[in-house]
Amino acid sequence: MLVGNPLSLFAAGSTFPLATGWLGAWGDVGYLVAAVLFIFGIKGMTHPRTAVRGNLFGSLGMLLAVVITLTQVTGVISLATALVGIVLGGAIGAVVATRVQMTQMPQLVALFNGFGGIASVLVAGAELLRPGAVETAAVLVDPRVAMFAAGLAGLIGAVTFTGSLVAAGKLQELQMFKKPFAFPGQQVVNAILLLGALGLTLWMLSSGAVWPFVALVLAASLLGVLLVTPIGGADMPVVIALLNSYSGLAAAAAGFVIGNNVLIIAGSLVGASGLILTSIMCKAMNRSLGNVLFGVMEASGESADADEVYAGKIKATSADEVAMMLDGVQRVVIVPGYGLAVAQAQHTVAELATLLQSRDVTVEYAIHPVAGRMPGHMNVLLAEADVPYEQLKEMDEINPTFSQVDVAIVIGANDVVNPVANTDPSSPIAGMPILNVHEARTAIVIKRSLSPGFAGIPNPLFAADNCLMLFGDGKQALVDLIAALKDS
Amino acid sequence: MDLITGLTIFMLAVFVGFEVITKVPPTLHTPLMSGSNAISGITLVGAILAGTGWLGGLLGFLAVVFASINVVGGFLVTHRMLDMFRKKG
Repeated sequence: MLVGNPLSLFAAGSTFPLATGWLGAWGDVGYLVAAVLFIFGIKGMTHPRTAVRGNLFGSLGMLLAVVITLTQVTGVISLATALVGIVLGGAIGAVVATRVQMTQMPQLVALFNGFGGIASVLVAGAELLRPGAVETAAVLVDPRVAMFAAGLAGLIGAVTFTGSLVAAGKLQELQMFKKPFAFPGQQVVNAILLLGALGLTLWMLSSGAVWPFVALVLAASLLGVLLVTPIGGADMPVVIALLNSYSGLAAAAAGFVIGNNVLIIAGSLVGASGLILTSIMCKAMNRSLGNVLFGVMEASGESADADEVYAGKIKATSADEVAMMLDGVQRVVIVPGYGLAVAQAQHTVAELATLLQSRDVTVEYAIHPVAGRMPGHMNVLLAEADVPYEQLKEMDEINPTFSQVDVAIVIGANDVVNPVANTDPSSPIAGMPILNVHEARTAIVIKRSLSPGFAGIPNPLFAADNCLMLFGDGKQALVDLIAALKDS
Repeated sequence: MDLITGLTIFMLAVFVGFEVITKVPPTLHTPLMSGSNAISGITLVGAILAGTGWLGGLLGFLAVVFASINVVGGFLVTHRMLDMFRKKG
């Protein structure tokens, strides 16, 4: 019975839909290989040495899956349309990817997440429009599964799309998204929109009608906007990671719609990846996901006001003074924050580090998990400035050693070095793990002013005996410092 | 495909994802995100096959364009980032 196509074994009585087209069942084998390549691709990301290869595996898997799919397209017009779409989209993607600046990476990642989401919505919509969708789908997929999955793909995909656009707008600092926006009863509205979208899915399921899908996508689009608008800049790492997860889940749901395993596998891998990043980010802020999404950072009612904390205790310094201080030290730790990205000072800070290293100073960077606007933001910026990744130390690794640090230089970071997190249980950032910069022998904070960080509370570190403030633009201050060091 | 088969594949893939991804160091979190994001562009496969009629065809075509931006842009930008990590690694 195996004569002819050895894979007929799979076909006989199988509940799996087998690929059509001239590849026949071999197409499904190809999809399986693609799925395995995706897993190897992500596995490669576990080390900087293997990561480039991992990414190539991933793209190879994608190429394979796309080529297999193209062999299944029937009709010259359909094939031509698909190819035109691929070339057009690919060209746009390639131009954007090669032109984008590393400092714009958070908004680009958000934007790409959104495009993945809208693609899933469109696929679900197009499938529902197939004449007699329910009947023909029954050949491949249980029609109820397909219908329900289409609803979910529409819901998750649309939330991902509009949510990502708003997130990208906030990260690009577009004026209309600048202020976190919330209105009373917003969470009730969100709940109604979510329940409404799920209700419309059930309606599609019970009636077989397709049109509720349009209302569903509109409701989900609005939900995506309302979910992200109230969220402030410093919580963006959580939001981006979560939207990343959603874009995967939407792809997986689209996989259920068309009964394709490679979509389900790839989508759930990405869904898991985004969820893990989300939970890491939440832990690094000691906040629950619910708190980030729905909670408002409480204004610190009781904690000391700025005047009380800072009055008479702030010591401003100059580049020359810092340069003298750095003469003859052994160990310097640089603590970058979002301000480094804003000032585009990554190259300048690397130059300072190289200069110090040439004078036999040990220089390390202390990276807080939520420094910046997306997971790993600081690492990417510093990598762009050719900082070897061995010099980037994680919080848990470097924290116990801060007491042996001669000089800690804080650039554009605030809340992640605020010792109040450990000392004041009523503070809005109570319990958040921080970098113990206050334990260094001397801390130098490069900052424009004493304005509070995202949490809106004063930072006693600035008033500490061992802390000096170097007021000014991050990049200019570093340039001055380098000049002063070279002169001395 | 029946629901249980699909859900089985989904759940197993989620577990594989959790196992593999928990080992990714924070240094690579951004490339992981943009790389996995490119993988989520796998919707492209569905988009190529989706759509009949003018409206369905239009939706399918738009899906192909968006998914292709996601895939090509995502993999390329990830490569750019990883290259920066590699060159002095």
